[in-house]
Amino acid sequence: MTPERARELLATVAGVTVAATPTAPIVAQVLTEHWLDAARYVKATLGCTYFSFLTAIDWKADGLEIVVWVDNLDAKLSVQLRTRLGADQTTCASIVPVYRGANWMERECFDMFGVQFVGHPDPRRILLADDWQGHPLLKSYAVDTPHPPYR
Amino acid sequence: MPDVRAIDYAGSERLTMNMGPQHPSAHGVFRAILTLEGETVVGVDAVIGYLHRCHEKLAETLAYVQYPTIASKTDYVAAMSSELAYVMAAEQIAKVEVPKRAQYLRVLVGELQRIASHCLWLGTWCMDMGGALGGGATIFLYCIRERELVLDLFEALVGARLLYGFHQVGGVRYDLPEGWTDLCRRTIDLIDSRVDEYEHMLADNPFFDMRTKGVGVISRELAQDVGISGPLLRGSGVDFDLRRAYPYSSYEDFEFRVPVETAGDCYARYHVRMVEFRQSARIVRQVLDGLPEGPISSRPGVKSLAQVKVPKGEAYARVEGPRGEVGCYLVADGSNKPYRMKWRGASFSNLSVLPHILVGASVADVVAIMGSVDPVFGEVDR
Repeated sequence: MTPERARELLATVAGVTVAATPTAPIVAQVLTEHWLDAARYVKATLGCTYFSFLTAIDWKADGLEIVVWVDNLDAKLSVQLRTRLGADQTTCASIVPVYRGANWMERECFDMFGVQFVGHPDPRRILLADDWQGHPLLKSYAVDTPHPPYR
Repeated sequence: MPDVRAIDYAGSERLTMNMGPQHPSAHGVFRAILTLEGETVVGVDAVIGYLHRCHEKLAETLAYVQYPTIASKTDYVAAMSSELAYVMAAEQIAKVEVPKRAQYLRVLVGELQRIASHCLWLGTWCMDMGGALGGGATIFLYCIRERELVLDLFEALVGARLLYGFHQVGGVRYDLPEGWTDLCRRTIDLIDSRVDEYEHMLADNPFFDMRTKGVGVISRELAQDVGISGPLLRGSGVDFDLRRAYPYSSYEDFEFRVPVETAGDCYARYHVRMVEFRQSARIVRQVLDGLPEGPISSRPGVKSLAQVKVPKGEAYARVEGPRGEVGCYLVADGSNKPYRMKWRGASFSNLSVLPHILVGASVADVVAIMGSVDPVFGEVDR
């Protein structure tokens, strides 16, 4: 699997847009409703079986964006999947059925950004205490936000 | 919390046991809620976050010249590699050149750090497995003795023993002091011979074999799916090392072997790390032999917070740390602070494989497996 071939293939997938100029990694913008299918495709067809990380970016008024980085280690191919959830949207399909490594990463993403991953087997907070209020990595969460005392 | 004891209808007792948060084998604050049937683990709930300091939020409030020092506090056992990941990400976006000498120095400290970190891992792991290994604490004390020698080198170089602040955007902050090279050569030769001693102590030790061979097997498929990296990934038969696959900081100039084992058990991970000890020493010697003259940074020393401005853009820099892929995903908005920074901690991903491999193991195996994963909780919780 060469990067050129991977770009061609990705561009044919429903709901996926690949940038016109070649980049390393290959950046694929995915429509949120095609998120899980795109992840499946990247793993099965492009051979990106290595899961590196999942995270989110808060673009303030433009809403949240989820970023996933996966690799095909043998072909040295890196693919970045991105999806915009839209303003005030916080739900996204979970990709744990495809990549088991997404389990803790999605929990962290929920913890820090409040993204609800639909289909996640264990949607709890992971780093912060269970009774924590708010999601600290949102831009609306000030560093000095008061929090209730520890129990 | 479920009931501490629940009796199922088959008559066997299920026991819920809290291993941690203050368990000596966790090497940090980690709580595994184990469900046991007799000695066998049938369920695992891993609880992390006790050491969380919200590094990622902190990074959004600190300038590019400030954060590298803080970055060393994510993986405090291998501070050099986490600092490097952060400055490399900033350099990628800003397209900052790094002088050759600085690149070599980065490799030098990175490999010394790997030796120091593996020393700590081997010592604590063997101590966890206890009396079976010739008194348990013996290897621990030997390893710490050797680690101190590396920390002495770092102290002579930067003045600190654990958290360095050695890297900066554009290069490194300190050049080698006089006499350091000879000291380093002597230390490396000594440690190289001591690694032989460790191996000799553990080789053909039936207790060591029993506790590590066939224990905590991670399959090749699971390894990639979960995204474990470093010695764990290579212990599971995946021939991948970032230093060779995506050479950074002039790693292409050096010769080294990437060890790969296919068994995927604790012993395979042990073996991979023992080879890495020697390969790191080999790289250190090559760096010292070929160290070019020249500046150590393309930027002047830090004078103001606004000194480093990074244009709009994003980058993901990854570094092969002692525990695997240390990644820093940076989104810059053109100011002197990142818009968003994500740590991809090697320990976080490595630890997340535990719930998949602990089921079916015995309680004593949990200790051996956890030690073979070599998590550093500063990096897990960030």
